[in-house]
Amino acid sequence: MVDMTTYWPVALGIGAGTLLIRYSFILIMDKVTLPDLVHRMLRFIPASVLPALIFPAVFLHQSGDAVAWAGPERTVAWLAAVLIAWKTRNILATIAAGMAVLWLLKALA
Amino acid sequence: MDKRSSFLQGVRDLSPILLGVLPFGLICGAVGVAAGMPEWAATSLSAIVFAGASQLVAVQLMDQNASVAVVILTGLIINARFLMYSASIAPHLKDASPLGKLGLAYLLTDQAYATSVFRFGRDDLPMPDKIRYYLGAGLTLWVAFNLTTALGAYLGAIIPPQWELDFAIPLTFTALVIPAVKDRPAALAAAAAGCVALLAVGLPYNLGLMAAAVCGIAAGCLAEREQRHG
Repeated sequence: MVDMTTYWPVALGIGAGTLLIRYSFILIMDKVTLPDLVHRMLRFIPASVLPALIFPAVFLHQSGDAVAWAGPERTVAWLAAVLIAWKTRNILATIAAGMAVLWLLKALA
Repeated sequence: MDKRSSFLQGVRDLSPILLGVLPFGLICGAVGVAAGMPEWAATSLSAIVFAGASQLVAVQLMDQNASVAVVILTGLIINARFLMYSASIAPHLKDASPLGKLGLAYLLTDQAYATSVFRFGRDDLPMPDKIRYYLGAGLTLWVAFNLTTALGAYLGAIIPPQWELDFAIPLTFTALVIPAVKDRPAALAAAAAGCVALLAVGLPYNLGLMAAAVCGIAAGCLAEREQRHG
């Protein structure tokens, strides 16, 4: 059970800290000039962070500290979604394809 | 573009992503109440923090009676990725006033960031249009996430877990990342980051995510240098 005396310190602590993180470069960027290397690194941020969020959610099943392979259904459904995303560049079609394949495989299993 | 159309373009481009965000908001609200928080607390957490992954982890840790310092620090480590988003989107928003930037920063999320940088990379928009576009995308996500958190908190777990709607979250990210993987260095960055994230999943405090991002960026930069010199 959540002890509600900790709610406000936690909510305000994470809230204010996260706002500062988000504000950091947006506020100071026009006052500092970033070196060329940093600009080249920025280009790879979305290509790196998003797969780092995607891979564990597709391939692994986590409950508490235990980690196991999620099984083939999600992998197959995800590959179908990658194909649709690549062909159509359409977000709705990508989500629909991935969910449909997952539900189909689970219904057949 | 006139003022309204760039704002509406942001709303329009973000809207399909809501399919992945809605279950996430419902989960954030339902999980908080399931852990013993009153409905108002589970709901207000989304408005105060506005970063679902860190909220889920915070609720889980509070449920396990972790100390306030550990909960806050863990939440902030998970949200450290916004530092990278902030640096990456800053050049597109630099004409806003400092106070305006604070509001824009509050709206910075995985989805609003990714939608905006891909659009800004494709179309050469003037600065005021970029700010309106980002505002349209960011506000759309904010309204949807907070409404669905409240729904999840007050209606409880209305979505059966066997639907596995949480799978819509990585599918959303997949649709967002495919256009960014447009050359060999970017593909290498994606593969390296994904594999490191799998290997590092046992690391405490979600440090695996940061390790994976750093490895991906390094792999991309090295591959690009190789390409240029080779």
